[in-house]
Amino acid sequence: MSRNRSFKVFAISILSFALSVFSSQAVFAQHEHEGHAEATHEHGKTEEFNPGQTILHHVADEHQWHLATIGESHFAIPLPVILYTPTRGLNIYSSNAFYHGSGEHDGFHLHHEHFTSEDGSHVYDFSITKNVMSLIISVVLLITIFSIVKGGYAKRQGKAPKGLQSALEPFIIFIRDEVAKNYIGEKHYRRFLPYLLTVFFFIWINNLLGLLPGAANVTGNIAVTLTLAVLTFIVVNFNGRKAYWTHIFAMPGVPKWMLIVMTPVEIVGMMMKPFSLMVRLFANVTAGHIILLSLLSLIFIFKSAALSVIVGPFTVFMTMIELLVAVLQAYIFTVLTASYIGAAVEEHHHDDHH
Amino acid sequence: MDLITPSLGLIFWQLVFFLLLVFVLGKYAWRPILSSLNEREKSIEDAIELAKKTRNEMAQLKADNDRAKADAIIERDAILKQARQTAEKMIATAKNEAAQEAKAEIEKARKTFREEQAAAVSKLKDETSKIALEIAEKVLRRELSDKTSQEALVNDWLKDAKLN
Repeated sequence: MSRNRSFKVFAISILSFALSVFSSQAVFAQHEHEGHAEATHEHGKTEEFNPGQTILHHVADEHQWHLATIGESHFAIPLPVILYTPTRGLNIYSSNAFYHGSGEHDGFHLHHEHFTSEDGSHVYDFSITKNVMSLIISVVLLITIFSIVKGGYAKRQGKAPKGLQSALEPFIIFIRDEVAKNYIGEKHYRRFLPYLLTVFFFIWINNLLGLLPGAANVTGNIAVTLTLAVLTFIVVNFNGRKAYWTHIFAMPGVPKWMLIVMTPVEIVGMMMKPFSLMVRLFANVTAGHIILLSLLSLIFIFKSAALSVIVGPFTVFMTMIELLVAVLQAYIFTVLTASYIGAAVEEHHHDDHH
Repeated sequence: MDLITPSLGLIFWQLVFFLLLVFVLGKYAWRPILSSLNEREKSIEDAIELAKKTRNEMAQLKADNDRAKADAIIERDAILKQARQTAEKMIATAKNEAAQEAKAEIEKARKTFREEQAAAVSKLKDETSKIALEIAEKVLRRELSDKTSQEALVNDWLKDAKLN
């Protein structure tokens, strides 16, 4: 027992040390890279470590998958750049063309991850960026995982679950019983279950993937959370019944003249729901990443490797919390979506309910 | 402010891949998984229901058995009682018959004895009178003077007559 425990302590110390060294390498590399880029654009600027800039760069999207920079050599996976301009139509390049050299290729400029066209026309950027690539990986992973789970159900029809199937079954049942059935009600929950389950596992797996070193920050990207929130908004409002719309445009039990005030408030409330979903997920995930990166930046701010002895274990501790946040935020998004759907499909209006 | 500016490309791809995921998982994962879960839950529920039903049936069966047993005991007791009564009756009848028969037999024996006694008495009477007549005849024929010798003679004859 105690041997097992001391082994665990040992393993955690090794892991935290390795993590801090690895992460410091990555941050340092980033700093080098940033500094280099800054130097090319603004001549004569001193190479000072800028934690804010480094962190923001880490949580943002990019057109290549940068892994590490050791010395002067960059290790990055090139990704396809897909650009559409009304004048020139669709153009596809490799991101290498923009990251090696001046950042200009075939009449397109890449500056701070934004494309501009030389002819001045608007550039619509449909590139497979680092986030899109990570998104694709998560989709492939989810489909693989759930085909295995589905296989488990086909193989052990009516029997006790095993392996991956038994690991994920509690979550599926939890979403079905405690979220869908609980918030939407026995009558309608079945229709929304596929959406709720997909939202939950999509957010969860992307939160987890985002915690890996060198990974993309998909669920901490406002575009991703915006899309999810808008989908929820569409699902909610397309399923809104009489009681839902009455509640918004002609709230029962309120004097008629009050509706002049109440209706705009209710409409704002209708918009605030998906907006809060969008901001909550984005802010929680991004904040987690910023905390982790800030902790590691301390080593570079104080220019002391000895600090990693303190920062390392604390980073591990924060990562543990982030693991919890990963599932918690997925759960919160799913529960709120279910409760909004539940309010929309509700048939009887309760007077005590507001 | 890049961080809070959603990019068009990512929105587009997120929409495409997420909707694809909802469709693919919905059709090929959630539907079979949820139906399997429902089936399993239903079969478990059914099994529990069946067990409950079987238990009730067993209890019912046991109650039936107990009742049948009790009935059988009552019936057995009744049969035994009846048998005992029949036997007693039979014994009583037999005893009665035997007693009557014995009585009749005794009566018959008594009657026979009485008849035979009567026959014997009448025969003795006949014999006695005959002997008396014979003695009287012999006394008359001999004409005896001596009273003593006459008496001796009578005694002598009487001795002879006693035989019958």
